Amino acid sequence: MPLSLRTSLALLTLAATVMACSKTLPPAPEENSLLDGPIEGLSAADQARFLRGDEAFGEIFTSTSGLGPLFVAAQCASCHPGDGKGSPFVRFTRFGQADTTGNTYLAQGGPQLQHKALPGYSPEVLPAGATSTDLIAPAVTGLGYLDAVSDADLIALADPQDLDGDGISGRPHFNRIPDYAQLRPESVELNGMYICRIGKKGAAYDLLHQTAEAYNQDMGVTSIFSPIDPLSGLEQDPEVTMQTINDVVGYLKTLKAPIQRNPEKAEVIAGGEIFGEIGCDGCHTPVLQTGSSPIVQLDHVEFYPYSDLLLHDMGPGLDDGYTEGYATTAEWRTPPLWGLGLSRDAQGGSYFLLHDGRALSIEQAIEMHEGEGQQSADAFEALSGADQDLLIEFLESL
Amino acid sequence: MSSSASKRRNLLAVCATLLTGSLLAQSSSTHSADSTSLNMDAVYERPFLQNAEAGGGNNQRKLALGGYLEMNATYGAEDGLTEGLSLQARRLTLFSSARLARNITFLSEIEFEDGGHEINIEFAAVDVALNPAFNIRAGVILNPIGTFNQNHDGPNWEFIERPDVSVNLLPATWSNAGVGVFGKFHKGKVTWGYEAYLTNGFDDRIIDNVHGRTFLPASKENDERFEQSSNGRPLFTGKLSMRHHPWGEIGLSYMGGIYNNYTPDGLALDVPRRVHVAAVDLQKTIRKTGTTLVGEAVIILVDVPETYTQQYGSKQRGAFLDVVQPVVEREIGAWPHAVVLVAARIDWVDWNVGTFNETGEDIGDGLWAITPAVSLRPTAQTVFRLNYRYQWQTDILNNPAALTATWMLGLSTYF
Repeated sequence: MPLSLRTSLALLTLAATVMACSKTLPPAPEENSLLDGPIEGLSAADQARFLRGDEAFGEIFTSTSGLGPLFVAAQCASCHPGDGKGSPFVRFTRFGQADTTGNTYLAQGGPQLQHKALPGYSPEVLPAGATSTDLIAPAVTGLGYLDAVSDADLIALADPQDLDGDGISGRPHFNRIPDYAQLRPESVELNGMYICRIGKKGAAYDLLHQTAEAYNQDMGVTSIFSPIDPLSGLEQDPEVTMQTINDVVGYLKTLKAPIQRNPEKAEVIAGGEIFGEIGCDGCHTPVLQTGSSPIVQLDHVEFYPYSDLLLHDMGPGLDDGYTEGYATTAEWRTPPLWGLGLSRDAQGGSYFLLHDGRALSIEQAIEMHEGEGQQSADAFEALSGADQDLLIEFLESL
Repeated sequence: MSSSASKRRNLLAVCATLLTGSLLAQSSSTHSADSTSLNMDAVYERPFLQNAEAGGGNNQRKLALGGYLEMNATYGAEDGLTEGLSLQARRLTLFSSARLARNITFLSEIEFEDGGHEINIEFAAVDVALNPAFNIRAGVILNPIGTFNQNHDGPNWEFIERPDVSVNLLPATWSNAGVGVFGKFHKGKVTWGYEAYLTNGFDDRIIDNVHGRTFLPASKENDERFEQSSNGRPLFTGKLSMRHHPWGEIGLSYMGGIYNNYTPDGLALDVPRRVHVAAVDLQKTIRKTGTTLVGEAVIILVDVPETYTQQYGSKQRGAFLDVVQPVVEREIGAWPHAVVLVAARIDWVDWNVGTFNETGEDIGDGLWAITPAVSLRPTAQTVFRLNYRYQWQTDILNNPAALTATWMLGLSTYF
């Protein structure tokens, strides 16, 4: 007996209904629980570039596509999983510069140690006597905002002589920049140097500088911007195209800023007030403003990185004896705190904070502040347990 | 070998299949589906051979053509993002067979995947049946690892997706140019089977690939593997199977060899590095309820250089288990012997077993999935399938799992 038309239609309808039932599909996570994703309202061209850059950011390099032979990781996303902070699994080492006179180990493989190698090759080892520091990669979300802050605003935040007497003397990192760098509008020059702001020491000028060096030093992938192979020391044909690097830079520029969770919650508000009361905001400036940007969404807008992008002396405890550019070995660029509460979702469920991941909790990270951060660390110690909890809750909301 | 040469080879194989397909054939009389058949007999138990044997007699040089088709629709989402509805023409597979002489049989399987995007010779071998206990096979053979690799025809399964352990840990369908022996023994209620082959094998891609993990299927991207070993060292694959009537079948299999090209052009660039794969598989039908259990579990050990990234793991493991239950067996519409089945599959894969050197924490990069299914078989050779797959997949750091759910509706049928 053939199936009746009604039965056939009913079966097809049932199948279509079941398949269309959105309740059987996993829901999208809350937008404020994710670090990745584009800035809202991008033009079609910027969105297309974002997608291309996103794909390139996730590209896994192989020996045939340019990986190594010496490298640290095989893809950008290894060091920045989910666009968040890196984990100790991809901790890397820089070496060879102990003061502001420059890196004396460039001919011996500096500044970065490629401690992984393709099969058959021997990885780089730290040269005897070279000063070094271990690092884990920062989150990349919101980098476009940081990149777009005007030099004038950074200079206005600086207080290198601590004239206001608050014990904090941040300064912008004037450093030499590569020939291919495109100067920001109204860039400030000082003896042939420009304000750099990207990286743990703030030694990279902009996202192009950072990206080209990361391809080269992290993955052993040469480009027209950074063509020297880390193993041979010889200039090579580009292993990644200029277009791809520009797409990745575009991707990084248009990643959204992390979104605060529960900003209206009383405990979060109270914790935010304590953050200011104990002086954390002396370096972790809550609000900055971008300057001019060809990307409309980044043009003269206010944002909340909790960083002043300046160099601060963090004392002997965080002085590893290695530096870059014209920073001292104890100076570190203030890391943005936005996205801090989501770090664990990129670091395998645990916190690995400060430049090398040595702090396993926010409390530890605060306690390890010395130098210009000593006063705030002491003030945190002096807080009641309840107030410490409020401050932590606030920081985790960022 | 160039890609054009590869295409020519595939085209020749397809032409050979089509030319031989106009005639009837028979399979070797030593292989027939019965209670003593084993997983290793899968290539002989395809309907086109069974039909040919039933109607063809024993004339030599009779040829047969068959195959199967798989197509389906999918609608799914990962973490709330959906690509919408897709209609997929996944596979068109052509079988051919020919009895070349007494006890000499040719069998082939040519697969067109994704509408012809990929054309693969999955099996093309000559069997010389000297004795039921001792047969020789040479050609492009299916390495007998686990259960699925040799028994992968879509219409045999109630699930549209292939088991993860079989296709994303093991490289099913994994076939290579090779030669070997196989046979069966019977004693009482027990049938023993063995297979042992030497084939071309894996290459450096298994730890140097765009998947970013140790991935045996990456070697399938090597177009030259049917023509040239990557390192001049054969891969050994062996399997021992036992079927007890009525308990069921269990198989133990091993595949191993040197995978890397450590002396290209005679230059010693690396040391020989080995891959070891061990699998256990089972098939069991509970007579009282008609419930069928099928599964396999796999462990893989790969010699990965210590100075390489831990992203490429040295140990992997995984398993799948299918439970299939007929619930209706009666006339439905125009089909007098239709069967409705419900089924469920559990998939588990851990691509990187171990702990991070830097932290001592567990390395992630794993997957769990469960797939309930309903299927309708108008005949044994045709199946309409409705599957719902829910998957949890973690990255290497064990960050929060990506959640994926997929509805699949499809058809798979022999012809």
